[in-house]
Amino acid sequence: MAKNISLKIDGKPCSCEASLTVLEACQKNGVNIPTLCYLKDINKEAACSICLVEIKGAKNLARSCVTSVKEGMEIATNTPRVRNARKLNMELLLAGHPKDCLCCDRNQSCELRKLAFDMGISQVRFPKIAKTELPLDATSASLVRDPNKCILCGRCVSVCSGTQSVKAIDFSGRGKSSKVTTFFDSGLANSVCVNCGQCLLVCPTGAITEKGATDEVWQELADPKKFVVVEVAPAVRAAIGEEFGMPVGTLATAKMAQSLRKLGFSKVFDTQFSADLTIMEEGYELIDRIKNKGVLPLITSCSPGWIKFAEHFFPEILKHISSCKSPQQMFGAIAKTYYAEKYNLDPRNIVVVSIMPCTAKKFEAKRPEMKSAFDYWRNKLNLKDSEAFYDVDYVLTTREASRLIKEAGIDFINLAGEDFDAPLGVSTGAAVIFGATGGVMEAALRTAYEVLTGKNLEKVDFMELRGLTGIKVAEVDIDGLKVKVAVASSLSNARVLLDEVKAGRSPYAFIEIMTCPGGCIGGAGQPIPTDTAVRQKRMEAIYREDKNKPLRKSHENQAVQALYKDFLIKPLGEKSHHLLHTHYAKRKEIK
Amino acid sequence: MYTKVILVKDTDLKREDKTREFYTHLLDYLRGSNLHAQIQVVRVADIGVYDEGLVLKILPDKIVYCNVQDSDIKRIVDSTLDQGKVIGDLVFKPKAKQHRIVLRNCGKINPESIEEYIACGGYLGLKKVLGELGQQKLIEEIKISGIRGRGGAGYPTWMKWNFAREVESAEKFVICNADEGDPGAYMDRSVLEGDPHSVIEGLIIAAFAIGASKGYFYIRAEYPLAVERINKALKQAYDYGLLGQNILGSSFNLNLEIRLGAGAFVCGEETALISSIEGKRGTPHPRPPYPSVKGLWGKPTVINNVETLANIPAIVSNGGKWFAQIGTLTSKGTKVFAVTGKVKNSGLVEIAMGATLREIVMDICGGTLSGKPIKAVQTGGPSGGVIPEALLDTPVDYENLQKLGSIMGSGGMIVMDEDDCMVDIPKFYLGFCVEESCGKCAPCRIGGFQMLVYLNKISEGKGKLEDLEQMRRLAQAMQKASLCGLGQTASNPVVSTLRYFETEYNEHILNKHCPAAKCNSLVTYTIMGDKCKRCGLCVTNCPVQAISGDKEKGYLIAPEKCVKCGRCVDVCKFKAISKK
Repeated sequence: MAKNISLKIDGKPCSCEASLTVLEACQKNGVNIPTLCYLKDINKEAACSICLVEIKGAKNLARSCVTSVKEGMEIATNTPRVRNARKLNMELLLAGHPKDCLCCDRNQSCELRKLAFDMGISQVRFPKIAKTELPLDATSASLVRDPNKCILCGRCVSVCSGTQSVKAIDFSGRGKSSKVTTFFDSGLANSVCVNCGQCLLVCPTGAITEKGATDEVWQELADPKKFVVVEVAPAVRAAIGEEFGMPVGTLATAKMAQSLRKLGFSKVFDTQFSADLTIMEEGYELIDRIKNKGVLPLITSCSPGWIKFAEHFFPEILKHISSCKSPQQMFGAIAKTYYAEKYNLDPRNIVVVSIMPCTAKKFEAKRPEMKSAFDYWRNKLNLKDSEAFYDVDYVLTTREASRLIKEAGIDFINLAGEDFDAPLGVSTGAAVIFGATGGVMEAALRTAYEVLTGKNLEKVDFMELRGLTGIKVAEVDIDGLKVKVAVASSLSNARVLLDEVKAGRSPYAFIEIMTCPGGCIGGAGQPIPTDTAVRQKRMEAIYREDKNKPLRKSHENQAVQALYKDFLIKPLGEKSHHLLHTHYAKRKEIK
Repeated sequence: MYTKVILVKDTDLKREDKTREFYTHLLDYLRGSNLHAQIQVVRVADIGVYDEGLVLKILPDKIVYCNVQDSDIKRIVDSTLDQGKVIGDLVFKPKAKQHRIVLRNCGKINPESIEEYIACGGYLGLKKVLGELGQQKLIEEIKISGIRGRGGAGYPTWMKWNFAREVESAEKFVICNADEGDPGAYMDRSVLEGDPHSVIEGLIIAAFAIGASKGYFYIRAEYPLAVERINKALKQAYDYGLLGQNILGSSFNLNLEIRLGAGAFVCGEETALISSIEGKRGTPHPRPPYPSVKGLWGKPTVINNVETLANIPAIVSNGGKWFAQIGTLTSKGTKVFAVTGKVKNSGLVEIAMGATLREIVMDICGGTLSGKPIKAVQTGGPSGGVIPEALLDTPVDYENLQKLGSIMGSGGMIVMDEDDCMVDIPKFYLGFCVEESCGKCAPCRIGGFQMLVYLNKISEGKGKLEDLEQMRRLAQAMQKASLCGLGQTASNPVVSTLRYFETEYNEHILNKHCPAAKCNSLVTYTIMGDKCKRCGLCVTNCPVQAISGDKEKGYLIAPEKCVKCGRCVDVCKFKAISKK
């Protein structure tokens, strides 16, 4: 039981735990203090000087986000002195910030803009800081950084170094030349950045955005020669409704499928199809490694941020990572081979657009080795190297997809809803849960159990693998065979498990790693804000969808079974090897 | 109507006060000489001179006579009061005004010889601490001495030590802050270069006081000689068993290392300094927790300034009481100042706290080099303020300087005369802080910059009166809302000049005139025809060919070409070029 202390907030006596900060104490007692750089559990930089309060007896105003409460403390949160100081600091921040809000990516979700309004800033009395326009960092395949819009709150730096333990960005320069940048200003693409985009999610302004591809997608959709198909990741359906004002946690699967069809996609498919396929391949890989005493633990490979992280920081353990491509990439490869053959389409005219809750997927799609379909067709169609095409052509985030829908004038909320197209739109509940941390593990176990034992798994819900906890462990009894498994979301949590693997003392047979906290539902392509409460609700939606699916085990997916029967022959077979599996290589820290 | 006043006081406290007697005799004699209507005699309680017998001060001449006897009355009245002659043998000759504790060995011993330091009583303090005092008594002694941190803020040293001592921790650290960075300040450098062992001894004692076994010298890399001397001195100390395991046969172990600062001014701020030692970017962190509780690598850490540490061995050797006798009620001991600027004798000055600024600047440093009157004195570096000439009689201590809108700071003192502009001076200091701001927190990073924009406007003659109000608002925000001392004090030079020299700001704004002729945009160079001897020296020396004319017609400066470098003024032998 934490010790309670008594204090006064704005003259009103109240009490709180002694371990709280002034900000937390005020929040608990219903007093709102504006904050900007502060971000619960992530950033306590004390940089912005917005959350100032007056503490009786103190010489200076205190930053409530970092000041601890004390017995008998008298806090004033709304005095003229406090308001003036806060406003002045806000004006100073605004003086240096571009005023192109109307066409800013974050127009609707900018914390700085909202805060300025809430604080009643009606004019900025200071001249614009006459700094020259700083160049954008557009090197990355996933993210664009605009240092001009940066207010140096430090949230991106904290989330990158803390939550993700990547440390791709930090402050450089000093005084008014301070900026957030990469090592030697070499750009994100040339750094250890894993493209997870958590920096984007926490940025209060439009200083970090995804590298957009909506224009290109419009262009493809308008091209009559092209057969444009779309695949949608599981986590998107649990979040896209938020972009249209629907409550957090709304499942918008059918409306989403219908609106994509309305956009003009030739086929509306589902990444969940290839998620089921992933389970077949990865499940069999696990079974194979367990049976034949292969390298264990096996680690999942669906999350591209984590893959690049491993290539940078844990090159020693690359053999532990499943060679399976991620569902996005499996989909592209199958769409341009199996589907093309089946429906007699020229693979060169198929355009695969994927809608992802993720920014790292943009990078993944452009990895040079992700051209399996081209390799497949090269000899058959006598293709030249210059005709090479990627398995997945464009990756859009949930936010970008919603922008397409808005731009097309589609009344998303009032759509009746439609289904995905067959066959690549057919999926089971096991595929849905890929969207939340622990889901891939649970899906794999559902299949592994039945394949290994030949028995029917009665209880498909592995509750101990669910929830937003950073690291979850469980021991699964597969008909007498005890299998220890672990699940980590966020790379700092992953690091804990990986250090064990690296040291050769990992007790687990199977580890699932998701780059983003909470898994894909908390990915950087998702609607803003994405915080813990939002993640929780999206996760609940994901498990709801799973529960409502008639089939909940990947190997029961008839479309996947047909794919094996007609094309792939068997899991881990020759064709799978070429189309569905990949390899990893050590990366240098700096290019 | 009195024309002169004689102040009388018996300053010899060991005998019965003779003031009354003397007073009567003096009055009698004046009456006898028929001077009693013009000369007033006043018995005063304090005359500012001590232990010098009977002391007289004659005003307005400011003549002070000491050890005056009844028999001297006649010649004082006859020659001094009547004829204005000063009597040599009675005149009070102040003892050496400097009081050297910190600089006790500087210039006297070979700084590279530990033997010479020991010969001067060095390491006796450490021996005393390890042998008889122990932690508790040591801190008690430091408490009695009343020494406060010489880095600028003046936090009582014993309290810092005591906090760190009381925290339970397997590991503790001491750090010597030798990241001296104020423009014009070089006190710490001189001590490190001139008497490195005194600082090392101080640091060892500090480490013993809190129970640290590891310590660092954080020295800026621009002080190569200081680094070299400390390096050598550390090696000698290890060789003599004063560092390492079982120091002087005791159970106390300590290892000291040097860390170089890369030149960021803010790294003199203790939390930024800690970050820097940890290998991180040198940015300050919110306090509390204070370093004495949670410092280097999260462990209790005491950070003391060079000058503070150099005092410690002397305090331990001579006792806290000895130290407490020196100085004022709240500020004990001495303070070293680096006096620079428009002063005749610039250099390091160590005075007992309580000496006045005037004593430092006039008596010790000899007034201005140019002979022009002093306009102001700036103390405390970029965090300090400007003190106008009228307030130079203020005794120096932490509180007094703060009241005047300046700070003690680390000891920089810059003397300014009429040629210094009170808009230009804060522009320089603020420019320094804007440059050196770490950039972390908004009030300092942006506020300082915006304030500088205003100052530049004013010095270019483009200022408005309401700018002054904006600057005051900005100053408030910076003082109250900045995270660290740099931001909180960066506006001090602006605030203090606004406080004492607002008219000069107004002159710039309203009349577009810089009284000190410093702000180039507001200055015009003109050749005065009546004084010009047409030697043509200015023409040949002008780097931009802004001067035209010949020996017949005389010369003219074209204002649109003139870059106001001042070269013509410097070379003109007839003072024929005016700068207004």
